[in-house]
Amino acid sequence: MDPLIGALVGAPLLGAGILLVGGRRLDRTGHWIGCLWAAVSFVIGVVLFADLLSRSPAQRTLTSHLFTWVPVAGFQADVGFQLDQLSMTFVLLITGVGTLIHIYSVGYMEHDENRRKFFGYLNLFLAAMLLLVLADNYLLLYVGWEGVGLASYLLIGFWQHKPSAATAAKKAFLVNRVGDMGLSIAIMVMFTTFGSFAFRPVFAHVGDVSQGRLTTIGLLLLLAACGKSAQVPLQSWLGDAMEGPTPVSALIHAATMVTAGVYLVVRSGAIFNAAPTAQLAVCVVGAVTLVFGAIVGCAKDDIKKALAGSTMSQIGYMMLAAGLGPIGYVFAIMHLVTHGFFKAGLFLGAGSVMHGMNDEVDMRRFGALRTYMPVTFVTFGLGYLAIIGFPGLSGYWSKDKIIEAAFAKGGTEGWTLGAVALVGAGITAFYMTRVMLMTFFGDKRWQPDAEGHEPHPHESPKIMTIPMSILAFGSVFAGGLFSINSAFLKWLQPVTGHSDGHSPVATWEITVATLVVLILGVGLAWQSYGRQAVPAVAPRGSLLTRAARRDLLQDDFNHVVLVRGGEHLTRSLVYLDHTVVDGAVNGTAAGVGGLSGRLRRLQNGFVRSYAVSMLGGTAVLVAATLLMRGV
Amino acid sequence: MSATAAAVHSLWTTRALADTAATPAIPTPHIEYAQLSPVLIVFGAAVLGVLIEAFAPRAARYAGQLAVSVVGLAAAFAALVALAADGYAQGRSHVAAMGAVAVDGPALFLQGTIVLIALVATFTFAERRLDPVAHGNRVDSFAAQGSAVPGGEQEQKAVRAGFTTTEVFPLLLFAVAGMMIFPAADDLLTLFVSLEVFSLPLYLLCALARRRRLMSQEASVKYFLLGAFSSAILLFGIALLYGYAGTVSYGGIADVVDGTAKLTPALANTTGNDALLLIGGAMVVMGLLFKVAAVPFHMWTPDVYQGAPTPVTGFMAAAVKVAAFGALLRLLYVVLPGMRWDWRPVMWGVAIVTMVVGAIIAVTQTDVKRLLAYSSIAHAGFLLTGVIAVSPSGVSSVLFYLVAYSFVTLGGFAVVTLVRDAGGEATHLSKWAGLGRRSPLLAAVFAVFLLSFAGIPLTAGFSGKFAVFKAAAQGGAVPLVVVGVISSAIAAFFYIRVIVMMFFQEPQPQGPTVAIPSPLTSTAIALGVAVTLVLGVAPQYFLDLAGKAGVFVR
Repeated sequence: MDPLIGALVGAPLLGAGILLVGGRRLDRTGHWIGCLWAAVSFVIGVVLFADLLSRSPAQRTLTSHLFTWVPVAGFQADVGFQLDQLSMTFVLLITGVGTLIHIYSVGYMEHDENRRKFFGYLNLFLAAMLLLVLADNYLLLYVGWEGVGLASYLLIGFWQHKPSAATAAKKAFLVNRVGDMGLSIAIMVMFTTFGSFAFRPVFAHVGDVSQGRLTTIGLLLLLAACGKSAQVPLQSWLGDAMEGPTPVSALIHAATMVTAGVYLVVRSGAIFNAAPTAQLAVCVVGAVTLVFGAIVGCAKDDIKKALAGSTMSQIGYMMLAAGLGPIGYVFAIMHLVTHGFFKAGLFLGAGSVMHGMNDEVDMRRFGALRTYMPVTFVTFGLGYLAIIGFPGLSGYWSKDKIIEAAFAKGGTEGWTLGAVALVGAGITAFYMTRVMLMTFFGDKRWQPDAEGHEPHPHESPKIMTIPMSILAFGSVFAGGLFSINSAFLKWLQPVTGHSDGHSPVATWEITVATLVVLILGVGLAWQSYGRQAVPAVAPRGSLLTRAARRDLLQDDFNHVVLVRGGEHLTRSLVYLDHTVVDGAVNGTAAGVGGLSGRLRRLQNGFVRSYAVSMLGGTAVLVAATLLMRGV
Repeated sequence: MSATAAAVHSLWTTRALADTAATPAIPTPHIEYAQLSPVLIVFGAAVLGVLIEAFAPRAARYAGQLAVSVVGLAAAFAALVALAADGYAQGRSHVAAMGAVAVDGPALFLQGTIVLIALVATFTFAERRLDPVAHGNRVDSFAAQGSAVPGGEQEQKAVRAGFTTTEVFPLLLFAVAGMMIFPAADDLLTLFVSLEVFSLPLYLLCALARRRRLMSQEASVKYFLLGAFSSAILLFGIALLYGYAGTVSYGGIADVVDGTAKLTPALANTTGNDALLLIGGAMVVMGLLFKVAAVPFHMWTPDVYQGAPTPVTGFMAAAVKVAAFGALLRLLYVVLPGMRWDWRPVMWGVAIVTMVVGAIIAVTQTDVKRLLAYSSIAHAGFLLTGVIAVSPSGVSSVLFYLVAYSFVTLGGFAVVTLVRDAGGEATHLSKWAGLGRRSPLLAAVFAVFLLSFAGIPLTAGFSGKFAVFKAAAQGGAVPLVVVGVISSAIAAFFYIRVIVMMFFQEPQPQGPTVAIPSPLTSTAIALGVAVTLVLGVAPQYFLDLAGKAGVFVR
């Protein structure tokens, strides 16, 4: 079976190659080629999954060594794959959701003349993401890590004729560079510490290394995770990334790529377990981000940006869980999977709404769409219920477990983290209800678009609604299925390990508390957006609202501290360059030139002068030789 | 002192196998013809060339001379390869011809290099497609009749008659034969004789330019006068060394320096007088430094390089440097290693001044040939850093550098012959502006040569420079390497300035044209490019070869 692992990555890579090299002659069939290769890799994923299931839990790690990439003595970089339960989970999520979104995009991108290129990039993304989760060493993981970054950049800026999209792509790229630096330095530190960067030897020797080293590696990995997963303080790019086509937002910036940071932390569990400081940092980042994202989500009127805030917040939950160590790893991944379903579904729903509303994204110009788009309404609604944690649906199973695990950490930390997670659940309920109400309920607040076309909302074609329905199905049942007999826990436990912790609060107490904050959040939203009419122009709002609309001033902060600071630094360096460096260089050049001109005059063309020079030279030579002996 | 000297000495010299038993009577000279065959073949070809000049009809001379030269040089090269394959380069190293000529690794390596240079130079000598056809005759770069007064009536007659100076081929061969003996000379008299054997033909060749004949003749006279001056000093130095050691043989002098020789009673008053050794040694070294164009004995170089016919300049720049550095290496490594504490600091000074002055004066040059002349002076300085290392890697790095440098130089001067205007070669740099627009291929090739001169990685120049600097640094001469790198940086300026001129400046309205050469010149240029790239990208094989050839016989 092992060669199949390579084929898993190879299939979409081949697809990307065909689509991007094939050129215009594939314009008419390109989208189906893209879907085909995505589906092929999904089928391979399923076959491998069946193979894993047929083995005993201890035997469920497959490896495949392709070739030695850098064969230098002492520095062995292999291209090798490792498929275990953790990777398998990701493979199924990536290829499954990926295939659905490919199919959806056939409809969504129907009128785009660059559809072939779009599918080429999507395939490229799948290949890179699969490489990321299948690599058996950090260096190859880094290749995939950069690959998804590239695909993300290309797809955010897919409509690069819009300056906002081009800028957003650049911003995402730059912010991600900061995180990527963290990963590359982490790999270097790892190499100097362990003499290797393959998972197996590194994790095996964690016990032999000083805590300081491990903490360093852990914090660097966290920096990488923050960049890729849009966690505070590297979160600023995700909102702008919504400039990309909606399927991209669904696949890359909600379901898969942005969760790569969580994967990295869980994969590096052995390192984090031995570095409590780094672990605590992960928890703090997660907790801060989950509140941060939720608050931003409350204030946004752009439906995609509201969902983006929500994504940030949900990944904050996962990070929090991942930082809890063995108590939380499994639930981090479980929430990651269920989130993959419902968030992808929500984004596709948003895309469907935009499709019917002349690409309008402002929710203040929606309203009353439930009767015009029944399928979208139902699928979106199910996703909504899942994300707020409505009992029985997917989000309920995974998010409650995270809140429980946070309390189970124990001590002040446990109480604090648990409380934050609980409050976050309430805010989630508030902003998601707000989105739901503003979009599908209330009065029609439709307005003609910039070219004066009146919107005629209509249901999207089947090719879009079917993937939405499948995802909605997952949103409803996945969590429950995973929890029957703790199936997901047992599946993942051999890789990540698990411990229950000692929760100071009983499970039922947490469930009740969660339900209470849920009802509070929904009620508050109903009060503000259900019972009162939604104004078509946003009111001024409180200081917090205004700050939240500006993404809690993250860009302003970056601008003042980093951009201005960078500009000053650049200017002073340029000044230094002009005066000192150039001055030295030009001075030297002038000096050499002057000396050259003067020496040149010795070359006067007269043999007698030349002979004198030779005679003098000989005299000096003889004298110097004698002098040397004398000394 | 003598024990350590002998120990160090044994690093790069081996004892000759031949047992030179002392015989009372004057012995019958014993000549190993087989081991001397490469030189003898070249001499034979040269004599044959003279006979062709004397007896063959004028029309047949060109083809005949070309054939004799090419066949002779190729045969000599084959003989060299055969000797090397026979083990003379390593285990069977030998001093032939009664102690006059060494047959060892460095000698065979350098002779092979010289023969190949000569072969390529023969091609550029024979090029007849560059000048337009005049009076129905194709002509080469050489004067129609060397003896005719420039601008005189006789010259015009000769031009109209379509005369060409085919004597250049035997002259070239005589020079080559002399150069082959020069680095192999194992006694001081052979050294002097071979110096004259190769210098005299070169003086003549320098005077034979077809265009700008007065300048050419001036160059020749200057070269002759200064060469004679330096020969005189060299000869004086030889006399002093004989006075010191009572012998002119390298091994014999070295034994006296090491203190292991039996002294001749007749010379007991002077033998072992260190003042004679130091003064004589310095004067002999000066004679060789003149030939390699080290500062302050370099002043003939720009004038002669500029005035001489360009194919001759290319040949001189490449081959003389190889021969003279070979002789210098042998002298310093075989004769004078025992007194290296005396000469090394002095050579440090010479190397530093040579690198710096060569690079700095080149900055303000406006003529391509003069520019390349100063460049060759700077390169002599770089080579000296390798010589000063006094180690096996010093020898091999210098050998490698010489190969790399000489073929690039030949190619560079061959390119210069192609850029022409109404007055012949357009050597003023301002005329080269925009050449990259007009003939991108030629400009690109010249750019490759310039980059190699500058020592940019992936060119032969880099590999060579790296090798000599490494050897020098290992020999403890780090400051020298620092100066070398700084000089390289200065030198890079003027090389790259030419590239900038060629590619980034507008062509002049009445700029030069680029002649389409025959395969002869094309071969020379292509070979230069090939050597530049091969030695730059995959130098290891040749470094190993030079390393194997790096042991002198004694």
